[in-house]
Formats: sequence, structure tokens, C-alpha cells
Amino acid sequence: MTDIALKAPGVPPPSPPPLAAERGKRISAWTRLTANRNWLGLWFMLPAAAFLILFLAYPLALGIWISFTDARIGQSGAFIGLENYEWLSDDSVFWLSVFNTLLYTAVASVVKFAIGLYLALLLNENMPFKALLRAIVLIPFIVPTVLSAIAFWWLFDAQFSIISWSLRHLGLISGNIDFLGDPWNARWSVIFANIWRGIPFVAITLLAGLQTVPPSLFEAATIDGASRWQIFRHVTYPLLTPIIAVVMTFSVLFTFTDFQLIWVLTKGGPVNATQLMATLSYQRAIIAGHLGEGAAISSAMIPFLLGAILISWFGLQRRKWQQGESND
Amino acid sequence: MTELAADPNLGPAKLAAADHAEGMSYLQTVPRRLVTLYLPLGIILVVLLFPFYWMALTAIKPDEQLLDLDTYNPFWTTAPTLKHIAALLFESPYPHWLWNTMLVAVVATTLSIIASVLAAYAIVRLRFRGATWVGGAIFLAYLVPPSILFIPLSSVVFQYGLFDTPFALVLTYPTILIPFSTWLLMGYFKAIPFELEECALIDGASRWQILTKIIVPLAVPGLISAFIFCFTLCWNEFIYALTFISSTQNKTVPVAIVNEFVDGDIYRWGSLMAGALCGSLPLVVLYAFFVEHYVAAMTGAVKE
Repeated sequence: MTDIALKAPGVPPPSPPPLAAERGKRISAWTRLTANRNWLGLWFMLPAAAFLILFLAYPLALGIWISFTDARIGQSGAFIGLENYEWLSDDSVFWLSVFNTLLYTAVASVVKFAIGLYLALLLNENMPFKALLRAIVLIPFIVPTVLSAIAFWWLFDAQFSIISWSLRHLGLISGNIDFLGDPWNARWSVIFANIWRGIPFVAITLLAGLQTVPPSLFEAATIDGASRWQIFRHVTYPLLTPIIAVVMTFSVLFTFTDFQLIWVLTKGGPVNATQLMATLSYQRAIIAGHLGEGAAISSAMIPFLLGAILISWFGLQRRKWQQGESND
Repeated sequence: MTELAADPNLGPAKLAAADHAEGMSYLQTVPRRLVTLYLPLGIILVVLLFPFYWMALTAIKPDEQLLDLDTYNPFWTTAPTLKHIAALLFESPYPHWLWNTMLVAVVATTLSIIASVLAAYAIVRLRFRGATWVGGAIFLAYLVPPSILFIPLSSVVFQYGLFDTPFALVLTYPTILIPFSTWLLMGYFKAIPFELEECALIDGASRWQILTKIIVPLAVPGLISAFIFCFTLCWNEFIYALTFISSTQNKTVPVAIVNEFVDGDIYRWGSLMAGALCGSLPLVVLYAFFVEHYVAAMTGAVKE
């Protein structure tokens, strides 16, 4: 509230300056609107809030509502209660997509974390061209997913795949691998592409975390005779936990809701082997036109996402408590 | 976490400081470093970069070498051709799609940055009643993925009459961009000393003047990072563009490549790869110019 005392009524952001007649009055309503902290806060928040309420909060609620209706494209449906969910619970394709999504998320996140952490540790060493290497590592993250997915589509081609060709010439396999045509091959192929795309983000953010660990701790541990594994396990890893929690939340969240990569590589095929919940909801809602059912599938993702967020949140809390930090 | 987060600007400085320290590397012999450091690093880098090499190589290979893996060495090309790229730029609507993507990305990014600067300043410095809650809500908004929003958003877009117009994308992309850039800018604003603002207040500056004349000029590195980040996210966005745009001339590059270039032609790979290459290049060039900002922003935002 000190603002009012400190300053003359200034130029407010969205509206013209106050009239001269109003200046000098004690505290007019206008002054309050332009100088009071809470009102000012409201004005400043207005553009962001408008976007987020109109195009994020409202659709989020609307999505849950649509999942309780039999809406189709072009017609708003009537309330049908839990019928969409009941229908889905008997739908084997839906459960297959849940299984695929969980497998995809679990395998991809674990591998991304392991290789990303390893890469971060490697990049943290002293070597020539360090900055350049870091910049190069991020390139897969910069290039739009769809465009790199197209490159993978070509790499995974059934007939002309360079991977098959190389393995054949090395004498490891006799025939071409059908990367995207066989259910399990397709699953591993899309998981590989997702890992490839996700490693740079994990590595660079963990590297940032590593930079905050004082080198003197490593030196002290070395003098105490700790092995490299012990240094990692008892010095590096505990100090990295908060950043790991944040990075892994994002990684899990974005892997779980992935759409682009699958859509480009397999469109959910062969026979739904790579159908994720996001791609299934797109197929049911936009292609088949059953908005209600599609919305029910995407609403079914919300509990999983909340679970991931809560786990990482409590992971963070535990760290704070261990470090004796106050919650801010 | 404020202590840890302190200041995203410190990122590069710390990085540089750590780089100059020789550390304990003298404890390791060269052969050992070769096996434990350079070899695994080399393998990872090759795997990370190979798809791009393959993309670029395919884009300049002549058709007859494209599918004939046995008479020619597939890892190299003897007669590079710009045929695919030329066809893409002069005989297809590709430049138009590039223009669409660029336009949507620039407008959505600009809108988001303006909204984010105002919001971040209000949350960090105005500290109005409930500012912490609003900050938390914005963080949560970042965790709402587009794949659960596109169905209801498509009906919203339809209701507002925005379907199949660039406005559908310009207005929906900020929901992805604002939470992230607000979060990023909050970190930068926190690092600016309070005293500067107090002086300005005593000199009679309004909050608006403080924001435009003191805070924003000081936060330029943060603004650049936020801009690049938002721009990259826009360029990368797929599901909204796929759902809300139906006519060919309004499509963005990622959607257009996936939908328009995929036909039965077995030689399509050349033009597909050329399209992917040309779509990636603007971002890679932009990234190359601002790589320091980008890395600092990523590290700063995560530490927050």
C-alpha cells in the first residue's frame, strides 16, 4: 500500500492518463484503480489471464463435460452420464492403448533418464570444444518433432532402411527388418525415436544441475578415497535430486501425452500396436467424429498426469525438508 | 528453492568458471579418458546427429541413387542435386506454408511475450494479494498438455468462427507459450535489484514506466530466450494445427509435410527430406545465433 504514498498518480497501462481535475484529490477512485497494488496486479494479469481462461481453463472444463455427452462433430450432444466411460471400459482397443501408453512412457522415461544423466556427466568433464558440443547435443530438441520423425520414418523404411542395410552388410541379419510393420518392432521403434528426441533436454538440464555442485565436494570425496561410483551415488546424485524431479516430471508428462511422433510414424498401427491414448482420442474424436468418446479418452489421461505431478511434488518436498529449506 | 534458483544470469558465468577450473582431470590418464569419455560421447553424438545427416543426404541425392543401395555407397553421394529442394521451393506451395508457419509463430510469440512480461512483473514485483497462488496456477497451466485440450478447443474454435483461419492458431498457441515464458521471465525479474525500482518510485515513476524503462531493458537476455523458446514451440506444434486447419493453403509446415507430401510415389523420400530439412533450417540458424541465451534459459528455468 506504500505505493500510494510514494507516487503521484502515474500513467496507467491500459487507459489514458488521469484528468488534471482529479489530481490532488485525496485518493480518488481512479487513483485507487491505477496505484493500488491489487488493482494494478489485476490490470497486469489481464492479458495472460484472458488467454489462459478462454483457451485453457474453459476448454479443460468443457472437455470433461463433453466426455459426459454424446456430442459429435457439428452437433452438441445430450448429457448421457458415464456411458462413454462404460463403453470404453469394455473396449479392448482402449485398454490396449492404455497398456501401450504406460509401456511407452515407462521405457522411454527410464532410458531417457539413464542416458541423459550419463551424457550430462560426460559433458561435465573437461575437454576441448565443450561449449560447441553442448550446443550440438541440443539440436534434436530444436528441430520440430514432426520433421525429425519424418527422418525416422525413412530410417525405419521396410525396404530401404539404412539400418537394415548396415546390419545386413555387417552380417548380423539376413533379411530386412520390418521396423514399423510388426507390432513389437513398431513399439520399440517409436520408443527409440522418442528417446532420441528426449535425451538432449534431459541431458542439458541435468548438466545445468551438475554445474551448481561445487567441485570442492568432489575433491574432498576423492581425497577421502571414494571411487567414481561412490562419488556419484553419495555426492552427485543426492544434490541433483530436485532437478531430477522437475526434469522427470516434464519428461513423463510429455511422453505420456505424446501424439506427433506416433502420428507421423505409425498412426497407431499396425493393428493398434502403437496406439497411444492421445492418438486414439484423435482418431475417435476428429476422424470418426465421436467427440464425446474422444473426450472421455483424453479425460482418462488426467488421473495419470495428476499422479505423475503429485509424485514429483512430494519428491521435491522431501528434498527441501532434508536440506532444511523453508517452503517458499 | 530461491537460493538455488537465484539467478538465471548466473548460469553462463558459473559455467565459464567451471570450465576454466582444471578440476581433477589430471588424475586420469589419456587412454582411460579415451575409453570412459570420448568413446561413449562419440557414440551418443553420432546417434543423435545421424538422422539429420541422413535427412540432408537424402535431400540432395539424385533419384537413381536414392533407392539403389547396392551399386552406390549409400552413405555418400557422388552427384549431389538440388532438384528436390528447387522443386519444393518453386513448384509446390511450400514457401506459402513456410510463410504461414512464420506468421503464426511470430504473432503468437509476440502476443505471449507481452502478456508474460506483464504477468511476470505483476507476480514478482507487484505482489498483489494472491500473487503466489497465481504463480502456482500458471505453473500448473504449463503442465496441461495440448493432447487433452484439442477436442474441447476444436469446438471452442468452431463456436468463435475461427476454424480454418490462422487466428485459430494465433489465439490457441499462447496457452502453451504464456505459462512457460511467464515462468522464465519471473526468474529474470527476481534477479533485478529492488533498489532500482524503489529509486524510480521515489522519483515519481509509475509502475508502467518502471516496467518499460527499467525492468524490460534489464531483462533483454531473458526476453530473447523467451522469444526463441516460444518461437521453437510454435514451430514444433502439431496437434492444434492438424485439428483446426483444414484447407491446404492455411496449413503450417509440419502438418503440410505430413498430409500433402505423402503419396504413393516411391521417390517421394527426396522431396519429403528436402521439406523436413528446409523446415528445420530456420530454427537451427536462429538457435545457432542465440545458443548461449537458449542454454542459459533452459538451465535457469529448470533451476527455478
